[in-house]
Amino acid sequence: MTMDSPLLAVPISERDHMLGPANAPVSLVEYGDFECPYCGRAYPVVEEIRRRLGDRLCFVYRHFPLTQIHPHAQHAAEAAEAAGAQGRFWAMHGTLFENQHALTDADLARYAAAIGLDLARFTQEMEAGIYIPRVREDFLSGVRSGVNGTPTFFINGRRHDGGADLKSLVEAIVHATLPAPAIARGARR
Amino acid sequence: MSRLADAQAPASDPTSPLQAGTRAPDFTLRSTPDQSVALHDFRGQPVILAFYPADWSPVCGDQMTLYNEVLPEFQRYDARLLGISVDGAWCHMAFAHDRHLQFPLLADFEPKGAVARSFGAYRHGDGTSERALFVLDRDGVVYWSYISPVGINPGADGILRSLDAMQVRRKAA
Repeated sequence: MTMDSPLLAVPISERDHMLGPANAPVSLVEYGDFECPYCGRAYPVVEEIRRRLGDRLCFVYRHFPLTQIHPHAQHAAEAAEAAGAQGRFWAMHGTLFENQHALTDADLARYAAAIGLDLARFTQEMEAGIYIPRVREDFLSGVRSGVNGTPTFFINGRRHDGGADLKSLVEAIVHATLPAPAIARGARR
Repeated sequence: MSRLADAQAPASDPTSPLQAGTRAPDFTLRSTPDQSVALHDFRGQPVILAFYPADWSPVCGDQMTLYNEVLPEFQRYDARLLGISVDGAWCHMAFAHDRHLQFPLLADFEPKGAVARSFGAYRHGDGTSERALFVLDRDGVVYWSYISPVGINPGADGILRSLDAMQVRRKAA
């Protein structure tokens, strides 16, 4: 991470899907794509970071589907929103990342049923495409924030330019949250 | 992310991109094995020149894939996007096909990197272009330029900010 890495253009707000307290000392925002294998690999990493930091972390997931290379990513993102409308965003989010290779519309409906959604409502909303604008809003907020691929993470509002592995992310979080004098001491060693 | 390339660049030859206010040098490059694109074809439109080191970057979120997704936003400003690398036209064709790219990739192939050199965006140590962005106004003058660390995809935020600012300037004029 460099000091001139771009900043999150749209701050975390109540419109976001969020795990952990909004006022937690660490915020981690992921722009992701449910069909992206790198995002799939980052999913258990984020789970582990959430486990380690507990209430000290606020995790937010925003959509950044790369639709030209991932033909199912857009509908998968909409399915997560449709689940969110029924209070089950995170159940769908986890299911999609655990089943990245089966994301056809029929698969999405199957997952909707499995996590207990009202299937008629889910199907109707998916067919009407009512979450297209919401997914596009996320995408554009990402573009304006300097999202440069998937996954892109922002730690306390600044883009993380390192790896999406556990070690890189944990180090970046520690660095971002240490008081400045402690970092300076570390740098002198 | 490779820092090695930076270390190998000759210290005596730091890359310095054409700065804002400079007229962009015209060029004609192949976009396919039998078609060419000239910069002056786009006079009257904002032009985004995205120099990048090589086709086939091994990540989902590579720069050209990202810009392909952002294309409708660029088009809202009537802006044209041109990707440029030293790869040949056949290589570009395969890459564009694989990633479903909807904008031209230009082959700065012979003489190698000549256009990148004329924009101050060539990496002599590597024989590739820099990861460099130039936003040109409707008169073909550089409005904004940026060289990214070669391992870091610069994203599209700087391009959109420039297009915003150019639009404001134009309305004020």
